[in-house]
Amino acid sequence: MDWQYLSSNSALIWSKLVEHLYLSITPILIALVLSLLIGLFSVSFPKVYPAVLALSSTFYTVPSIALFVMLPGIIQTNILSPLNVIVALSIYSVSLLVRNVVDGLRETSADVRQSALSMGYGGIRQLWEVDLPIAMPLIFAGLRVATVANISMVSVGALVGIGGLGELMADGFRRNYLTPLLVGLVLSVVLALTADLVIVTLQRWLTPWAKFARQA
Amino acid sequence: MPYPRLARTVGLVLTAGLLAACGGGGGDPLAGSSGEQAPDDTIVVGSANFSENIILAEIYAQALEEAGVKTEKKLNIGSRETYIPALQDGSIDLIPEYTGNLLLYFDSDAKVTKSDEVYEALQQALPEGLVVLEKSSAEDKDVLVVRQETAEKYDLETIADLQRVDDQLVVGGSPEFAERRAGLKGLQEVYGLDFKEFKTLDAGGPLTVTALKDGDVDVTQLFSTQPSIEQNNFVPLEDPKNIHIAQNIVPLANEDKVTPTVRETLNAVSAELTTEKLAELVKRVDIDKENPRDVAADWLQQADLN
Amino acid sequence: MTLIDALLQFLSDPMNWSGSRGIPVRIVEHLLYTFVALGVAFAIAFPVGLLIGHTGRGAVVTINVGNAARAVPTFGMLLLVVLLAGIGFLPALIALVIIGIPPILTSTYAGIRGVEGSTVTAARGMGMTESGMLLRVELPIALPTVIAGLRSATLQIVSTATIAAYVSLGGLGRFVIDGLGQRDYGEMAAGAVFVAILAIVLDVVWVLLSKVAVSPGVSGRLGKIPKTAGRTTRSATEPA
Repeated sequence: MDWQYLSSNSALIWSKLVEHLYLSITPILIALVLSLLIGLFSVSFPKVYPAVLALSSTFYTVPSIALFVMLPGIIQTNILSPLNVIVALSIYSVSLLVRNVVDGLRETSADVRQSALSMGYGGIRQLWEVDLPIAMPLIFAGLRVATVANISMVSVGALVGIGGLGELMADGFRRNYLTPLLVGLVLSVVLALTADLVIVTLQRWLTPWAKFARQA
Repeated sequence: MPYPRLARTVGLVLTAGLLAACGGGGGDPLAGSSGEQAPDDTIVVGSANFSENIILAEIYAQALEEAGVKTEKKLNIGSRETYIPALQDGSIDLIPEYTGNLLLYFDSDAKVTKSDEVYEALQQALPEGLVVLEKSSAEDKDVLVVRQETAEKYDLETIADLQRVDDQLVVGGSPEFAERRAGLKGLQEVYGLDFKEFKTLDAGGPLTVTALKDGDVDVTQLFSTQPSIEQNNFVPLEDPKNIHIAQNIVPLANEDKVTPTVRETLNAVSAELTTEKLAELVKRVDIDKENPRDVAADWLQQADLN
Repeated sequence: MTLIDALLQFLSDPMNWSGSRGIPVRIVEHLLYTFVALGVAFAIAFPVGLLIGHTGRGAVVTINVGNAARAVPTFGMLLLVVLLAGIGFLPALIALVIIGIPPILTSTYAGIRGVEGSTVTAARGMGMTESGMLLRVELPIALPTVIAGLRSATLQIVSTATIAAYVSLGGLGRFVIDGLGQRDYGEMAAGAVFVAILAIVLDVVWVLLSKVAVSPGVSGRLGKIPKTAGRTTRSATEPA
């Protein structure tokens, strides 16, 4: 470990860390919105759900490096555009999240549904105040998996020039220089674990009732 | 249906989104496209993903800044297959290049090998919108290398000497090496070499160096300025039949970004650069682990170009 | 030339279907990497999962370590091991095993943990030994969940085995990396498509296997296996 590297490259390391965060979290936000929409749609039209599920599972099997490389040709972006990575990771994240959103929305039991109905809930209010809160634990579980996976996958983008911390790893590899490689690797792990912690905290804050359920 | 109105709305939004996405999709992956571009007076300097190219890009960028040209840097992009399209779609404007390999990229059948011929052919071969400035005398040629013990064991000095033992040796190189005249193709057609096996590695990168050092391959291609050749006592083989073409360093740029100031500045850099000096700079980055930015600044100061 | 044309052109060239660099050989290599990595990951994660699931000891630590393993970027791990140990199958194998461990570990643990206490008590009351209980009662009930974990591990390993080509190995990733180097988009697309097909085929194989392997009593009792199994696995990603 060469500590000199850290001090003389702090600006570079910081900018790659920020880039890494941006490249991995943006897709999560996009995917959350998309998968909520797709999930709602699938719950409302159960017949399309198997097709949706099959499609999203298929996307998930396409290797990330291939998607990063071919995406500019498919969506007509610049070859160095961060959009390539963002779109690719959004696709993966949607694949991971849709299933959890649908399972979560279906979690509401018939009894609860009936009670809600008799209390005058319906439409969007039932979704917002009954179904979504019940779906929360599953959606959050999916969010955690997708976020950690994204942070790990961004590095592969270094092969096409947009890789956040992956670029530090590639630099270390190229120069047979362990320090940048380790710095990139460790920061990526720390970023993933921190993001995970933030989501868990957010979940605790958003689902205060979960505690009570556990005691019961 | 638990949320009838909502479901219909969501359905509409999704369908519209899908249609929009499909409408924009499809097309030629090789073609450039419009997209975000830097302001007109800023030159975005790119680089390939190896130290020498990064140092050269730093030198270009710093020299231009010094001459009052606004620059941005997008270094470490990847291979030629990635950065040439990036240049063409305007993601970058300028990148340090090598005359020979750049020529072969645009004209894989080119047969010229001498420095001036290559430079001339390159100017003919460049597509509309791209331009090369003056070439430097500094060169970074492809070179076929073997381990010292292999050279001694089989008494190897030139590529032609390999003919005696080619069926016992494993050759390694980048994916593109297999297809190039300066690679396997040329070795076979010009020197009549048929190796025991070909292993896919990278273009003179860490895989190649490690593989040769560890004996995973016996013959491979590196670049002449690479300090790992000396560091590992690799033996470069001479090329009497000239399959390795001249590789002078040359700035490749988007034509509409080349103002007289840009041209003058970069030509001055090219005039000052030498192969020996370049090799020394690469060594400082690769072996001494110095920062390419600092190494470039040092050279500009020494050369009195800043 | 569009991507599809390029892909079809690559696929229709008989040269690409024969020899040591042909599609069949690459598929076999890819499968080999996948199976070896899956086997090693299983050999490590399954016993550990059984043990902590059965005893409940060390669960928090183990599951958290397993989850932290998900946070390790495969790309960086691969480069690190190559830098330290040179090129070869080992670096790629290590990276792939690290990916395979978390899903198998968490699903095995969750599967065993999910067995109802009364069932375990009944088995104990019948005089079964600890290992007998684990193997003949808990494991059969947990099997659908365990297989769900294996499915997910297989999927991730197959897809990630692609980057093994970046460090000079074979497999279908060769087409992706070589295609990138030679600007052959058809070749790249072919690599991606075959990886996807392989992943889907293996997934179907797991579904069929689970139909055969899961005891009729268990599958009958649980009704919809995939759903229950999938759900248990995912909630297991939360720290215990």
